Amino acid sequence: MFSEVLKMRKGFLNPILFLLGLTINCFGADIVWWHAMGGTLGEKVNEIASRFNKSQSEHSIKPIYKGNYTETMTGAVAAFRAKKHPHMVQVFEVGTATMMAAKGAIYPAYQVMKDAGIPLNPSAYLQAVTAYYTDAKGNLLSMPFNSSTPVLYYNKEAFRLAGLDPDRGPRTWNEFEDYAKKIQKVGYPCGFTTGWQSWTQLENYSAWHDLAFASLGNGFNGLNSSLLINSPEHIKHVETLARWQKSRIFDYGGRRSDAAPKFYNGECAMYINSSASYSPIRENVRTFQFGVSMLPYWEGAKGAPQNSIIGGASLWVLRGHKPEDYKAVASFFSFLTSAEVQADWHQFTGYLPITHTAYELSREQGFYKKNPGTETAILQLTHKKPTVRSKGIRLGNFVQVRDVINEELEAVWGGQKSASKGLNSAVKRSEILLRKFERANSR
Amino acid sequence: MVKDSAAFRHRFLPYLLVAPQVTITLVFFIWPAAQALYQSFLIEDAFGLSTEFVWFENFQFLLSDPGYLHSFKVTMVFASCTTFLSMGASLLLAVMADRVIRGAMIYKTFLIWPYAVAPAIAGVLWYFLFNPSIGILAYVIQSAGYDWNHYLQGSDAMILVIMAAAWKQISYNFLFFLAGLQSIPRSLLEAAAIDGASPFKRFWTVVFPLLSPTTFFLLVVNVVYAFFDTFGIIHATTSGGPAGATEILVYKVFNDGFIGLDLGGSAAQSVLLMFMVGIFTILQFRYVEKKVEY
Amino acid sequence: MVENRPILRFLSHLILILGVLCVFLPIWIAFVASTHAPHELLSAPIPWLPGDQFIQNYSEVLQEGVSGSDSISVAKMLFNSMIMALSIAIGKISISILAAYAIVYFQFPFRMTVFWIVFMTLMLPVEVRIVPTFSVIASLGLLNSYAGLSIPLIASATATFLFRQFFMTIPKELVEAAKMDRAGPLKFFRDILLPLSRTNLAALFVILFTYGWNQYLWPLLVTSDESYATIVVSIQKMMTAAESEPQWHLIMATSVLAMIPPVLVVIFMQKAFVKGLVDTEK
Repeated sequence: MFSEVLKMRKGFLNPILFLLGLTINCFGADIVWWHAMGGTLGEKVNEIASRFNKSQSEHSIKPIYKGNYTETMTGAVAAFRAKKHPHMVQVFEVGTATMMAAKGAIYPAYQVMKDAGIPLNPSAYLQAVTAYYTDAKGNLLSMPFNSSTPVLYYNKEAFRLAGLDPDRGPRTWNEFEDYAKKIQKVGYPCGFTTGWQSWTQLENYSAWHDLAFASLGNGFNGLNSSLLINSPEHIKHVETLARWQKSRIFDYGGRRSDAAPKFYNGECAMYINSSASYSPIRENVRTFQFGVSMLPYWEGAKGAPQNSIIGGASLWVLRGHKPEDYKAVASFFSFLTSAEVQADWHQFTGYLPITHTAYELSREQGFYKKNPGTETAILQLTHKKPTVRSKGIRLGNFVQVRDVINEELEAVWGGQKSASKGLNSAVKRSEILLRKFERANSR
Repeated sequence: MVKDSAAFRHRFLPYLLVAPQVTITLVFFIWPAAQALYQSFLIEDAFGLSTEFVWFENFQFLLSDPGYLHSFKVTMVFASCTTFLSMGASLLLAVMADRVIRGAMIYKTFLIWPYAVAPAIAGVLWYFLFNPSIGILAYVIQSAGYDWNHYLQGSDAMILVIMAAAWKQISYNFLFFLAGLQSIPRSLLEAAAIDGASPFKRFWTVVFPLLSPTTFFLLVVNVVYAFFDTFGIIHATTSGGPAGATEILVYKVFNDGFIGLDLGGSAAQSVLLMFMVGIFTILQFRYVEKKVEY
Repeated sequence: MVENRPILRFLSHLILILGVLCVFLPIWIAFVASTHAPHELLSAPIPWLPGDQFIQNYSEVLQEGVSGSDSISVAKMLFNSMIMALSIAIGKISISILAAYAIVYFQFPFRMTVFWIVFMTLMLPVEVRIVPTFSVIASLGLLNSYAGLSIPLIASATATFLFRQFFMTIPKELVEAAKMDRAGPLKFFRDILLPLSRTNLAALFVILFTYGWNQYLWPLLVTSDESYATIVVSIQKMMTAAESEPQWHLIMATSVLAMIPPVLVVIFMQKAFVKGLVDTEK
């Protein structure tokens, strides 16, 4: 017992060990990359890294799985404060404003490339993807890595039984109710369910209908923006969904992708979620064929359908390491954005390709023909050139804002509030969060 | 403490003996607590690149923030329901176990299992039982006509976490109640019986009052448990939802600090929680100390 | 029992049996679910009785863990939990008994200060110092390590106070006798105090092992590297595995495995545990 205690005391106080730990973390030969890709995605990340390492002998990338998006970001922030941060970190899109505002901490992607002398051609990228991560001057701040956009998955069997055309989903929300009712008539309890409701039913809803989600270009143009989701068009949509929840034309099933089983087991005939859900759906749907179509829009809405926006994550570079390390980062970015690597990552994961060449390559390889429905997301994303309202969203404290939106929507689905009350409350509560962020980041 | 005549005098041995505890306490308890106190007076960005000293603004904000007050209310409801449910059930079981001679050991063995189960796992088990799609209890409730869905209905979610939290504490309460019951002199009960009191009456007039020290002790322990040790239950099941219906104070500290990266606000909440624990601890310590004096 | 009333006795047994069934229900269902194949668990009502996939599910989970949550094998998780629980239990007992011994049996300057410093920890559970403790651990480089998992948890005051109370009930004649025999303080500790504390040590071991094994918030904060994952925290990760529904049969198997060690410790040391728990808290 005594020795146990003494051992621990010694270990804790031993300065050599401590310094050693410090050394290994800060001055390792590897470029450290913290990411949140688990499971098969994580294996693919490791594969990409090892391919890069093998392709040249000067630099070496070490990817480390740090948990989910939240844990990875929090961990990186804490590590930065303790000066033990990695070179690159994968941050989800809702963390963009936080990362952007930390001017002393981040090393913008375009700067990394410029300083390393590797050209970065903006027009090579799919604008709808990179627009989310560029500053007002069009400079790329972080490297898009895994981006997706929401689409509509539907149960072809259910459509057939209900007498609907199994080769396309409902195009508009107007005909959606009709579709759902016909499907319910032939025995399916629920019309559709959705995942990530703020992203799919409000953020993308706004972009797809060319409506502003928040002021000042959805926050792109200033820190003092506010939510605008209590507009008549937004209220109308949420009101409709709330009405549909009563008869289960719409059935809420959880904040993330918790609702997926409802689609897999045939309870709900339609499912709106990320294009990256394609693989899990293909794996889990056994008893019917499914189709993919674009998000519905309200007929007669001005500007609809515009283009959808992305979700997912990008790679941010953090300052505080040796200059030669950043040359390695630039070299890795160059590798990452090559057509072959991009096409491979896109085809394996269902995330979108970020360059035109990768898209072309996949088309040439016949990927979209062999896997029907995989091109829908790209077509939807690039449907029209993005307007100031459909480039993406950049709000501070966005994680908490999304939580507020989730809470208010849940109250609406549960019948405790009307749509207008819920959305107005969401706007009011988010106001506090947004002003807090503005205050903390305006010096 | 032991009087001078019985104490050892040694130059530095006592310091050596207390050093590990004191060191770890200072490094991992006092220092972070001081940091939390300091941070609660700041508004800063997530990376710590810019800080603004704002005195009590964070506290003012909290005390007027409907979100925080709602969380406080949720915690009170959660703590009181869990405490009463758990203590009530375990008192009943303890009274029954006290009456029974045969099989007492077996009952005891089975009833102390939940003590060993982590709150987080207790949460997962009950979450599974109440799952709207496949849970057995959900199935029974739905068959009776109520559309159980704790993803949507805040009250359903609250019931779920209360059940898990109360279930977990049953063993602890049961053991203490049983010990308390068994320390009541039989002579008192016999005297009451001779006076013609029924078992029911005996319980309320003799047993329950004599049990009050135990009851009070358990009350404090259960409330502290509900306030703090139930983090795992909430995090593993409802994450404070839906619509904040199960967001207890301790979960909010974690959520705002770790996920929302609002360090000043989270620190201020921590400080307020420290005050609350302090009050509970003083209550408990005062009470326990009193007992020891006898 | 004062008089013999058969109806009441029957009622007592009935209530106790019902109580045991209610208490056991979640554990039983978990075990049942862990022995079925996934497709049998897709819709209500799920079966009441165990299935035939016991070996299949448990070996899968022990060897491979649950896919989609990027986890290590459950066997490794059990190992991590075991290290953490044992370190915490043994560490806590060691440190606390030494500190309590010093506080009770020694006269030294700052004795009361030490006492109050230790007392303060009762008011500072992990939950009220989450974010700053995490920063401290991060800046000491103790994240993702066994040391980081256990050291911060071994200094809380409960064990110290329990020992202190116990020591105060030991007759001071024993100390005086030891002094007269010219026995030094360490000899007194080793030869007289420790043997007397046996029941308390056993009880505390049960309590602290369970406490350490069931830690949730702390490992959650301090480990993101999956090779240090403990089994209790991992279960939550399995439930929120991205993009797929929870694999209940594996989650339940892991839950059952997670419950076994502390339950075994509590059951086998039941007598000492119950006695120690109740006696020392009073």
